[in-house]
Amino acid sequence: MFSNLSQIIFGRLTPSDFVHDPIMAGAGYAMIAALVLVIIGLTYFKKWKWLWRTWITSLDPKKIGVMYIIVAVIMLLRGLADALLLRTQQATDGSAGILTSDHFQQIFSAHGTIMIFFVAMGIIFGIFNLIIPTQIGSRDVAFPFLNSVSFWLFAAGMILINAPLIVGEFSTAGWLAYPPLSELQYSPGVGVDYWIWSLQIAGIGSLLSGINFFVTIIKMRAPGMKLMMMPIFVWSALASTTLIMFAFPILTATLGMLSLDRLLGMHFFTSGAGGNPMLYINLIWAWGHPEVYILVLPAFGIFSEVVATFSGKKLFGYKSMVVALAAITFLSFTVWLHHFFTMGAGADVNTFFGIMTMVIAIPTGVKVFNWIFTMYRGRVRFTTPMLWFMGFIVTFTLGGLAGVLMSVPPADFQFHNSLFLVAHFHTMIVGGVLFGAFAGFAYWFPKFTGFTLNERLGRYAFWLWIVGFLLAFIPLYILGFMGATRRLDHYDPSLGWQGLFIVAGVGVLIICAGVGLQILQLIVSIVKRNENRVGNDPWNGRTLEWSIASPPQEYNYTVIPTVTHRDEFWEMKRRHHVVKPEYTDIWLPKNTGAGVIVGLFALIFGAAIIWHIIWLVIVGLVGVIITLIIRLTNDETEEKLTAAEVAKRELKRQIA
Amino acid sequence: MRKDRKRNFRRAGQAILSSLVAVIIVTVLVFVTHGRDIPVLNPHGLIADQERNLILLTVGLGLIVVIPVFIMLFSIAWRYRASNTKAKYQPDFASHKGIEALWWGLPCVIILILAIITGIYTHALDPFKPIDSSVKPVQIQVVSLQWKWLFIYPDQKIATLNYVNIPKDTPINFTITSDAPMNSFWVPALAGQVYAMSGMSTQLHLMADSVGSYTGSSANISGDGFADMHFKVNSMNESDFATWAKKTSIASQSLTSSSYDGLAKPSHDNSESAYVLGDGSLYNEVIMKYMSPDAEGSMNMSGSGM
Repeated sequence: MFSNLSQIIFGRLTPSDFVHDPIMAGAGYAMIAALVLVIIGLTYFKKWKWLWRTWITSLDPKKIGVMYIIVAVIMLLRGLADALLLRTQQATDGSAGILTSDHFQQIFSAHGTIMIFFVAMGIIFGIFNLIIPTQIGSRDVAFPFLNSVSFWLFAAGMILINAPLIVGEFSTAGWLAYPPLSELQYSPGVGVDYWIWSLQIAGIGSLLSGINFFVTIIKMRAPGMKLMMMPIFVWSALASTTLIMFAFPILTATLGMLSLDRLLGMHFFTSGAGGNPMLYINLIWAWGHPEVYILVLPAFGIFSEVVATFSGKKLFGYKSMVVALAAITFLSFTVWLHHFFTMGAGADVNTFFGIMTMVIAIPTGVKVFNWIFTMYRGRVRFTTPMLWFMGFIVTFTLGGLAGVLMSVPPADFQFHNSLFLVAHFHTMIVGGVLFGAFAGFAYWFPKFTGFTLNERLGRYAFWLWIVGFLLAFIPLYILGFMGATRRLDHYDPSLGWQGLFIVAGVGVLIICAGVGLQILQLIVSIVKRNENRVGNDPWNGRTLEWSIASPPQEYNYTVIPTVTHRDEFWEMKRRHHVVKPEYTDIWLPKNTGAGVIVGLFALIFGAAIIWHIIWLVIVGLVGVIITLIIRLTNDETEEKLTAAEVAKRELKRQIA
Repeated sequence: MRKDRKRNFRRAGQAILSSLVAVIIVTVLVFVTHGRDIPVLNPHGLIADQERNLILLTVGLGLIVVIPVFIMLFSIAWRYRASNTKAKYQPDFASHKGIEALWWGLPCVIILILAIITGIYTHALDPFKPIDSSVKPVQIQVVSLQWKWLFIYPDQKIATLNYVNIPKDTPINFTITSDAPMNSFWVPALAGQVYAMSGMSTQLHLMADSVGSYTGSSANISGDGFADMHFKVNSMNESDFATWAKKTSIASQSLTSSSYDGLAKPSHDNSESAYVLGDGSLYNEVIMKYMSPDAEGSMNMSGSGM
């Protein structure tokens, strides 16, 4: 009787689910302690109202972008801590018994999932929010409220994926949770459900955000900005959001089917009763391969901006670059099978997908050549963003070579699921996406703060990163040749792998030191911001975002510019063109708490369905729907800023 | 003048420091790699040997692009550094049809060559394709279990657990399935890997060219004890193999459907053992287990369902 009642109220949640081993509990409680400290701080300094008004309820994409980046940075630290644990376990060949195999498997599953979904995606959406509207001469995104919903769904997913540190356990099935291992038969616990629902909720946020920015780019460009006049970063974002719109529904459907298997005992992907795990593996990669390009194309865009600006020169081969982006966008949907050449599809199928894969190297190679040639006959200033660019070309080219190697099916048979593969995709994602994010961060930081980052610390951090990166991943390439597979919590010492694992561990420690310097760089830069104050255009920029105030007004542009050239701002400076101060009324979206409330109900829904608490599932779902209905029936979502008010603010800013 | 000298001094310091770091990295890597077995590059079988050659060929082709990229990157970056005011500055030099045609063209040519090579080798090294040889092949059926490998020799009527003996210079025809989550069957010294999936039978053909003992493992995560799923492949002379097979077929415990069910239960035991094959159609039964309408493959599983 009692157990029945508790099952109705708490689902499968029991007190024992809160019991964890010391490492996990330590991480979990450290996170809670940090949260409590933040809450105490906010209360002590009476900042709750400020937090609610200027951040949580804000529909300003610049605010939302900053929040994305804050979440991504915190998750980067979590993912890095995971990596450190994995490396420690393998450097001691597992004999030290730091982690059990179960815990080890939870950690690598969490590491991969968090780094892709909550670090890389968070960075990309953060940068989209900050840069797309400002670069296309727009005051806002197409759907400001949707943008807030997207962010809070992302945040809800982030909370869910960290919850297993406190209650329950995480998936042990790897970052893509292949069935049948991820099915009830082999993973009956809550781990895979945590994985499914945190991704499902964050993934829907990503899809909505992709639609939002696609429409923003298509519909909200400044007058005169034809497609072929868009900054190349905007092109890369257009390609990336196109991929999001086509790929993320596949993820949603696939996770949906897996959850039906797990919740209702269906048989989409089970190994028996007519289910087919191969179907899942095809579907997840039909999303997963484009996902790689969703992440890396915006990074390409960032590097294109950086190399042109710091070479003081137009981007070389703009049209080629656009064609290459379009080609990669299309091709990225035709290569998914290269993730499982080893499934036995047959030589014809493998040949087709192998060749399609290597064809992607052509437009990618063109981009690399064009970036290098952008420096040709330029005046190259080696600031930190340029250092990241140089590091990126080196790592990305080597990683690309490894990628072409694995696109040849019989060669892939020897590399698949080995540490060679692990080294390859880390080279691409760290060397591509993360280095791109670091370059973009240093490049655009002064635009949104009014001061630059400390150059010296940035350079030191870069060199630590490069050295750490080489030490962390070259050993993994070699280990792959030695036959070391991924995800081993222990191995036979006689194989002679330990030395390489130790070197890799040292590499991660050096990377950690680099990250430490980056945090220090941020702190020092903020503390000494008055020494590093710069104007609106610190780098002699080329695109429109450098023409507006740093930090920008909440409406970005007091006067919407009319575009006549590619690199419009560069041309404006060349023509000594001055924007006439003809102010008009500006409509801005009002703040709303509906976004965060939707996120909260989504979080409740996710937690409830993971723990099979039926009544709470209903509460979450109904909550989301009612909140949306209330919000969508509200017609007064914008407020007017009169031309006179704009003029007054502008005057005040110019005096200051 | 003085500023120049100071800058040159700093540059020299940086150059020395970075070369020193590079030397240290290389030395350390050589030290921890030296003398270790690198099966992918030092194979002992026909298939793995061809795969190694293919890998080296592909790397060679790739370097045709990679090396110029590195040379261009560093030479252009150095030549056009901002402090070198003698270099030409053309801020509007942003397209050149000839140059762009070159780097659309060059990768196209290399990829075309590589595509042809890929087509030929993918068919030649298809794991399902039998090896041409005058020697009669040995059939071995592989079942991945939680968390061990069962090898069934249908012709010799024996089975082994966590090790597999093969005659050298003889084609080995592996047919592979799983009675567990998906695994991947990989012996890097002999051939690349193929997935082991329940309800299905994949194939891998290989041939060892020397006597020796090689490590194989599962390359795909399959649950708690997955790291223990390694096994030895012992390649031996044909006569030794025949003697061993005969001895095993007499002096071992019997493997029947019912003793198989015990074996298939999840366990971390990685010990080696040998069996007389009591049930000749065991492999097919394992596959069929997943084919019947009500099957979850769960005859030997507890804790299924909510």
